[in-house]
Amino acid sequence: MSARETRRTDVHAEMRGVTRVYGGSGGSAGVQALAETNLRLRRGEFYSVIGPSGCGKSTLLDVLAGLSRPTTGEILFEGRPLDGRVPDGVGVVFQEDASFSWLTVADNIVFGLRRTGVDAAEIARRLDHALRLMGLVDFAKAYPAQLSGGMRQRVCIARTLVMQPRMILLDEPFGALDAQTRLIMGDELLKVWRETGATVLLITHALDEAAMLSDRIGIMSARPGRIIEEIETRWPRERDSRIAANAAFGDITARLWSVLRDESLKAIRQGAGP
Amino acid sequence: MTRIGFLRLFFVAGFILAVEALCRTGAISPRVLIAPSDMAVRLAWLLASGKANADIAETLGNVAIALVLSVSGGFAIGAAIHAFPRLRRAIDPFLASYYALPFFAFYPLFIVLFGLGRGAIIAIGFLFGVVAMIIATLNGFDRIPPVLVRTAAIYHMGPAAAALRIKLPSAIPYLFTGVKLAIAYSFIGVIAAEFIMASSGLGYSISYAFNNFDNGTMYALMLFVIVLVTVVNALFYSYERRLMRRWGR
Amino acid sequence: MKRTFDIVLLLTGGLVAWELLHLAVPFALTSPAGTAAKAWSMLTSAQFWPHAAETGKAFVYALLLAILGGLAIGLGLGLNRTGAEVAEPILVSIYSLPKVTLYPLILLIFGLGLPAKIAFGTIHGIIPIAIFAMNAVRNLANVHFKTARVLRLSRRQTLLTVVIPGALPEIVSGLRIGFSLTLLGVLIGEMFASQRGLGFLIMNAIGLHDVPTIMATILLLAVVAVSASAILLWLDHRLHHRVA
Repeated sequence: MSARETRRTDVHAEMRGVTRVYGGSGGSAGVQALAETNLRLRRGEFYSVIGPSGCGKSTLLDVLAGLSRPTTGEILFEGRPLDGRVPDGVGVVFQEDASFSWLTVADNIVFGLRRTGVDAAEIARRLDHALRLMGLVDFAKAYPAQLSGGMRQRVCIARTLVMQPRMILLDEPFGALDAQTRLIMGDELLKVWRETGATVLLITHALDEAAMLSDRIGIMSARPGRIIEEIETRWPRERDSRIAANAAFGDITARLWSVLRDESLKAIRQGAGP
Repeated sequence: MTRIGFLRLFFVAGFILAVEALCRTGAISPRVLIAPSDMAVRLAWLLASGKANADIAETLGNVAIALVLSVSGGFAIGAAIHAFPRLRRAIDPFLASYYALPFFAFYPLFIVLFGLGRGAIIAIGFLFGVVAMIIATLNGFDRIPPVLVRTAAIYHMGPAAAALRIKLPSAIPYLFTGVKLAIAYSFIGVIAAEFIMASSGLGYSISYAFNNFDNGTMYALMLFVIVLVTVVNALFYSYERRLMRRWGR
Repeated sequence: MKRTFDIVLLLTGGLVAWELLHLAVPFALTSPAGTAAKAWSMLTSAQFWPHAAETGKAFVYALLLAILGGLAIGLGLGLNRTGAEVAEPILVSIYSLPKVTLYPLILLIFGLGLPAKIAFGTIHGIIPIAIFAMNAVRNLANVHFKTARVLRLSRRQTLLTVVIPGALPEIVSGLRIGFSLTLLGVLIGEMFASQRGLGFLIMNAIGLHDVPTIMATILLLAVVAVSASAILLWLDHRLHHRVA
């Protein structure tokens, strides 16, 4: 732990001048989803990206994860440029339910692990730990269909967790859940973050979620998106959703909204979003 | 039994009883239709006498071979077509109108290609079943949630592993639909081909009995085919239901 | 327009494969050019058209009956929850029956001739149309029915302004399948027992080992079926697109 603490200000992942244009191969201009974006993630920090709908938040995550290539610019993870594949040590949790309906909860969680050559005893140990951490012990043999949306998302987080990623990217993972479940899931995510020491990047459109969970928050502009402002929260590492009662929470939310409101209006006028 | 199941049984039984009554009272002439109970008695006698066994075995064998070929072939062809979106869009209208064509007409060609035996009949059964499976495979692969395909990328899975471990189970409800249709179409293809042009098999026997005014044998064999297809479908349906309920689809 | 190009490419590939197969087994298969020439001479001959008209007439009647009957059954059952649940497995098992087996029954009821062909075409087409229409209505969002009640629409108005337009995309999908199967049913009917129609022409040609006539007749049928299907498919895509 101490070694990691001393390196807390290391740059863990970096986007340099990254843009992403969709389509537009056959002479047409295409859609620019990402304007020139620069982002530095410090090792072990909890960073949230917030922005109006359709601003390119998910594109930013896809590119950073290596799921799609940037049109221009460069992405470094642990000092090495991405080569068009998802690098080792990166885990991704999606907004959509990505649990496999044909596998039990336990089989879902170890799905990726079984493909890595980790021995059976270690698999069992990590499974047990993940089940415990995510409160899924009683559901190991259940199928996803028997679980609520929140529980299924826990399965997906557990599935990411057992790979012991050094960076976890989450694309609006709680977007489909009700407000109270979101708060609880946020607390669980903080627990995972503290326990693993991983760098976390959370994409969200919820002001309170960003303000409550993050060390730093990047605000994105309307499409084509780029990060126009970063806010530091200075929360203690030990924290949970009850931090919302703190006076500073209101200040942070207000600052976020003052920047975001204009961008959201622009986005609505663009006709973007759901 | 549930109320729905009871109602269903009530209607089916009521229908059979009504036909029985119409036949017994002479409202329907025995030259048109014989009473369902007579069909059953006649079928029991036919099965017990073993006279139809060879035809039954031949037809079922043909259907089974045609079915296996069309399900495996249809899945492979469907998966291959799905990998090329341009080919797929171009081929769509042809697949959609495929079932309007009477392939029996290609029987002479198949005799040249496969000889004068069951090969030609199986080929027709296969041609009937395979396209239903291709269409179902395309439908299923279309509806795989993109997030699952992206998950495969997270775990560094190659195309073959992703197809087998993620795409196949994810598309399974649609593949089941394809298998069910392939069962139906293999039966239709084989029996229709036997009906029109073979010299043995169930289809031929029905047609032979018809031409010889042997309504007893004809309706007994028709009943056999109908009951057989219904039972095969029901078995597959209940297996599918059990699996789908567990997976919650 | 890329798609048109792809279709032309696909057709060219098909023709090349056909030609190669013809070169491999010349007696079993007429070449594409030979088939086209034969088809043209059939189209310009006087004997062909009465047969085509006979098939066309049977097909149009059968399709009309299948559509009207299928929609009546499908919409009726779709609006009645219990009815739909009771009927669905029954309809599905009737759909998967090899209906050729029922042909003797149809012949015994209707005798040889046009009514038997129409009946045979109809029993092929009516079930898929009914199944699709039924499921289309069942899958309509309940809020649409609530809206209709809030707007105080009568049952007839609800059917005409909410149910049918809402279910139309799926209904058209069912019509597409019903169209194909009705044509198949009419042709099989003609092949098995008839003295007129395209199915009879094919069957006659099979008996005489007249391969060019078989191939030319199937080619003409294929052109009609694929064109009609392409139009329905286009309509299908448009309607589904509008809803989605």
